[in-house]
Amino acid sequence: MAVKTETPEVLTTTVEAVINWGRKWSLWPMPFGTACCAIEFMAVVGNGYDISRFGAELVRFSPRQSDLMLVAGTVCHKLAPTLVTIYEQMPDPKWVISMGACASSGGFYDNYGTVQGIDELIPVDVYVPGCPPRPEAVLDALMLVQQKIDRQTIREVYAKPDMKTPPSQRLHQVEPLKLTSSGAR
Amino acid sequence: MAKADLEALRAEFGGAILETSDFRGDETALISPERVHDALAYLKRARGYDMCVDVCGVDYPERRDRLEVVWHLHSLKDKKRIRVKARVPAEEGKNVLPTSTDIWAGADWFERECWDLVGVRFAGHPNLQRILTYEGFEGHPLRRDYPIDRRQPRKQTNPGIPQASK
Repeated sequence: MAVKTETPEVLTTTVEAVINWGRKWSLWPMPFGTACCAIEFMAVVGNGYDISRFGAELVRFSPRQSDLMLVAGTVCHKLAPTLVTIYEQMPDPKWVISMGACASSGGFYDNYGTVQGIDELIPVDVYVPGCPPRPEAVLDALMLVQQKIDRQTIREVYAKPDMKTPPSQRLHQVEPLKLTSSGAR
Repeated sequence: MAKADLEALRAEFGGAILETSDFRGDETALISPERVHDALAYLKRARGYDMCVDVCGVDYPERRDRLEVVWHLHSLKDKKRIRVKARVPAEEGKNVLPTSTDIWAGADWFERECWDLVGVRFAGHPNLQRILTYEGFEGHPLRRDYPIDRRQPRKQTNPGIPQASK
């Protein structure tokens, strides 16, 4: 039944507020799941924790259709180009959650094979500690991304001050340590 | 169970069998690098070891012949296992053992892994490339003198996604 009003209703707001409101309640996550954190992410999506309460239930496995990348798990050097390619395939604006100790810092894999934190490769918005993190922590990270989106101006979203070096160039900027025959550092 | 096979190896190859041991049923033979290929072929042909379970490398930095390659063999018919070892020095040019891919096709990737991580070359291998790390990786990370915190330049491009043509 239509509501009859005497005077025309006007809602004043800013463009940014409307756009940010729309963005933050319809994040489309793209899980970059490489290890046990991805299993925990499945629990977040499932009905127990229910990520759809935050409007982010539409998990896409195509980077072209998503705007929130969840890096859940260990990333090795061999996989690094894939991570960067997938990040670059995501349309702007986009956000990244680094889920768990491995994605954030390499975790306990301080070795020849593991990237010591994905922020060597791509910009990260929220880091989630834990091995693996509890689903509540992932929901908290999602809410932090929402808060971040709320504060963003359109100018900020596209300026990306931390993106002066594009990821595909960052890929090659690893300073190798000296290799000595005795193994001394 | 494979004790008879150790004795057969000794009878067949004599002095090329450097050591044998059978600790708690783990029968092991250390064979000189020159004869190890013949001994492996003999084990498959005459002793029924039709499955190569694993080929791996070990680094013992205190030894003169630092690198040791271990073949784990299994006989599907007789349900018995035997372990064969051979040692080579780590220096480039001397770190060579004959391939066993002509005996068991499944040894292909094991030998690539052994080359990649420990740095043993397998002469006669059809495709001895790195398998777990990438082309451009320097050194062999499971050698004991590889620094634990060494970072490598990531030189490779992604083989799975075609690069945009210019």
